[in-house]
Amino acid sequence: MTRSGFVVANLFRKRTRTILTLLSVIMAFLLFGLLQSVNTVFSSGADFVGATRLFVQARVSFTVPLPLSMVPKLEAIPGVARVAYQQWFGGVWQTNTPLIMFALDPQRYHDVYPEWKMPEAQWQAFEHTRTGLIVGRQLANQYGWKIGQKIPISSNIWPQKNGSKAWEFDLVGIFDGKDEDWQKRTNLAFIQQDYFEEANQFGLKGRTNFLILKLVPGANAEAVSKTVDAMFENSPDETKTQTEKDFNISFVKQIGDIGLIVRWILFAVFFTLLLVVGNTMAQSVRERIPELAVLKTLGFSDGSVFGFVLAEAFALVLAGGLIGLALASLAGAMVEKATGGQFLLQLDVSVWLLGALAIVLMSLAVGLLPGLRARRLEIVDALAGR
Amino acid sequence: MSERNAMSEPMVQVHNVTKVYERGKQKIEVLHGLTLDIPKGDFVALMGPSGSGKTTLLNLIGGLDKPTSGEITVGGKRIDQLGSGQLARWRALNVGFVFQFYNLMPVLTAEGNVELPLLLTRLSAAQRRKNVGVALEVVGLADRAKHKPRELSGGQEQRVAIARALVSDPQLLVCDEPTGDLDRKTADEILGLLQVLNREHGKTIVIVTHDPKAAEFARRTLHLEKGQLLEQAA
Repeated sequence: MTRSGFVVANLFRKRTRTILTLLSVIMAFLLFGLLQSVNTVFSSGADFVGATRLFVQARVSFTVPLPLSMVPKLEAIPGVARVAYQQWFGGVWQTNTPLIMFALDPQRYHDVYPEWKMPEAQWQAFEHTRTGLIVGRQLANQYGWKIGQKIPISSNIWPQKNGSKAWEFDLVGIFDGKDEDWQKRTNLAFIQQDYFEEANQFGLKGRTNFLILKLVPGANAEAVSKTVDAMFENSPDETKTQTEKDFNISFVKQIGDIGLIVRWILFAVFFTLLLVVGNTMAQSVRERIPELAVLKTLGFSDGSVFGFVLAEAFALVLAGGLIGLALASLAGAMVEKATGGQFLLQLDVSVWLLGALAIVLMSLAVGLLPGLRARRLEIVDALAGR
Repeated sequence: MSERNAMSEPMVQVHNVTKVYERGKQKIEVLHGLTLDIPKGDFVALMGPSGSGKTTLLNLIGGLDKPTSGEITVGGKRIDQLGSGQLARWRALNVGFVFQFYNLMPVLTAEGNVELPLLLTRLSAAQRRKNVGVALEVVGLADRAKHKPRELSGGQEQRVAIARALVSDPQLLVCDEPTGDLDRKTADEILGLLQVLNREHGKTIVIVTHDPKAAEFARRTLHLEKGQLLEQAA
């Protein structure tokens, strides 16, 4: 027997109680892992894009399209190098798998987004094929799409002129990201703006949801965005201009302040956990005060007895925490697979580190008071049941 | 060294010891200037009515408590001057304890319970196992090593407790009503075992008991009343 063996043996003196407590710790850390990764996905999604591009949308809502006639005016603004645009297509693969899909001008988009890596021949093919479609590597791998295939995709917004929601595109290119961050985003699909305008039933022509301004190096993003908004003020198409990063964040925040929601849920979960595990530990120490006194009688110091109780709390939270985080990893991988990589719910290092910190703090919070009580025990009083 | 010579060396010296407990605003003086010598190799029974101070004296001799005033020397060491950490280390090396209700750890097997005091030593796991085996052999429970306390009878539990008290080879055993929870036959077996430990292994033993028959197993009996020693009978 070792000291750690003694700690584990004590932990399982009331097997059912310990298992139930362990399950509550596992559930708490499972939630922690999943919610924290959701938070990471939503809050860090824009960190790497920088402030080299501005997004222009209608001031009222991005669902209101802006005229493409703005493009030359925008390109004339000092500090703007090139303008691209993209129109939400609302693509659906097979019966119900939504795709992040936009109609755009291939050449302009290529100029504004050098982060997407694709052979030049494929860019050319995209530009010259009216029914052309290019997709990210992730999407292509997921559905086993190969260049040259005809890909049937329906749109839940835009039917064709013949009333059919089913569109058919020729896959002419597969793009990748320049680095890991961008590679994670290769779940996108792009089609030609010209073909979209020509074929959609509603006759949406010369308009788009977003105009994307690539700035010249060293340009003042804030000044340019103010100039843009001022330029179209009091016109029928008033604009709202922001950096790509801010746009991504505000897009996500349509759902709500994910970070705040996650923090409140986790606060509630851990507060409840604190009460549950804290009560278990306090009860466990209360039940064996004579045993703790016997340990001291045998020669274990006050510090050793304190250490035993704290180690029990740590072992319980550590076991539950690690199992919970491992399950969250597994669940994250399953969600990622089920959504075809569109929801990257991976527990990255930061979530594991936060989890480790939570394990340490939780162990201290639930073990400290019972441990101090055990430390303060007077042998004679405890043996006499006083 | 002959038994007579060994018995002439003091193991426990209690000099003018007073113990006062504070219970709320009340002060209760349990021992009043008590003086007592117990030689090495002695087997002493402490008797007296409830509240006479027997257990308090036993706790002081075993280093579980400290006197309010006076001196206590055990095996040549002034234990009344030790701090709580030093006292804990001293207990681990020098005293074995046996309680009325055995006070075994229910989550550990017999051998786990006996091994517990050895976790405070630097012995290897193999050496600890060997010592545990010897201690269980001495109390006649080698075949029950893997049993948990709830799977043992009261007498067997008390034997495990005695093995736990013996395993680190202390020279002094203090036993608080060791047979108080046992039937006559089992009690006599336990007392017989203590007698063997005293006579054959040279352990100095102090027991507290209410039972005159138990006291008969000791070499001598000391009577306490109202915190003072009444007489000394050989």
